[in-house]
Amino acid sequence: MKTDDLIAMLANETEPVDRRAPGRRIALALLLGLAAATVLMAAGLGLRPDLGEAIHRPMFWGRLGYAGSIGAAALWLTLRLSRPGVRIGARWVGVAAPILAGWIAMAVVLAQVSADARLPLLLGHTWRVCPVLIALLSAPSFAAMLWAVRGMAPVRPRMTGAAVGLLAGATATVAYCLHCPEMSPAFWSFWYLLGMTIPTVVGTLIGPRVFRW
Amino acid sequence: MTTTSPPEQAADGRSAAETRLRHCFVLGLGGDAVQYRLFLHDLGSHLRAYLRRRLPRAQADVEDILQETLLAVHNARHTYRNDQPLTAWVHAIARYKLMDFFRAHARREALHEPFEDDGHLFVDSDVEPADARRDVGQLLEALPDRHRLPIVFVKLQGLSVAEAAQRCGISESAVKVGVHRGLKALAARMRGSS
Repeated sequence: MKTDDLIAMLANETEPVDRRAPGRRIALALLLGLAAATVLMAAGLGLRPDLGEAIHRPMFWGRLGYAGSIGAAALWLTLRLSRPGVRIGARWVGVAAPILAGWIAMAVVLAQVSADARLPLLLGHTWRVCPVLIALLSAPSFAAMLWAVRGMAPVRPRMTGAAVGLLAGATATVAYCLHCPEMSPAFWSFWYLLGMTIPTVVGTLIGPRVFRW
Repeated sequence: MTTTSPPEQAADGRSAAETRLRHCFVLGLGGDAVQYRLFLHDLGSHLRAYLRRRLPRAQADVEDILQETLLAVHNARHTYRNDQPLTAWVHAIARYKLMDFFRAHARREALHEPFEDDGHLFVDSDVEPADARRDVGQLLEALPDRHRLPIVFVKLQGLSVAEAAQRCGISESAVKVGVHRGLKALAARMRGSS
């Protein structure tokens, strides 16, 4: 087939393009992922029994804000990476800022206690399961975002995979916050981050394979 | 035809080609087939010149990559953002397809290296640069019916979606989905055959 024939074929009977479809699809994937993670968390792990009391503590919101702001930054990166020719530049800072803020909070908390009280604060009571549970809860969100972004045109598949993985991890963490009893930044600024890192690494690895187009 | 237009600049700093192409493209997105065809045709000439510059030693592959890139532009047309320069959007797609070619090519070269001293020489002199080596028509014929028939009826024969739906015995939305997925499947086959 000659190039002119291909052009004629592509242009023939062309349908108007729904410019808002990509946004709708990504919003749908995000909501589905968050809903699925919340239902899984509530059914499998249970809401924390003192949730009603915990929501009055500022640290509850600080922790939720941590996961939420990483998620917002990852969503923003995902949106940009899924369209060709949109620059990222120094915008990775959006992801780095909440992570750094978490570490600063951790340092402040650890500096205020005696040396032998630090390790128990860092490990909390649930460090063994926390990252694994976050990674598991991120699975539906991961699948939904893969579906949404595969309908786009990412030209940097590895980076896109990382952004999608981080977004899925952060979505899962938001849901996990409603279950997790750990309130100290010394705990969550490390173990939550580790949990989010797992889907991020998976995304980085599978990106070039799943985002070919 | 590798005419390079002089770098005329409009008042807003955009080149004349950018303005013209973008105008046609945006009308095409709205469903104007004539403008869309103009866009693809103009874009094709620009891309051909670009690819010829980038591939001094693989001129025979230029038309194949060009066709692949045009199909990619078509399949990704919903990802264009009105506030971005069309040049940046197209360039990112062309670069992506070019890198894909380089990767596949490097692999192929690596496989053949022990047996051939220079695989290019023969190929380059044998094929006229303006002819595609890969036949997209054949790839299209090889698609499953649910993809092939909607494309043949709507995109090649120019039937309306309603007529095609009647011929295929499926709903109109199934025809639209068939065209959409079929062109994506075609792009995947083009990748596989490069």
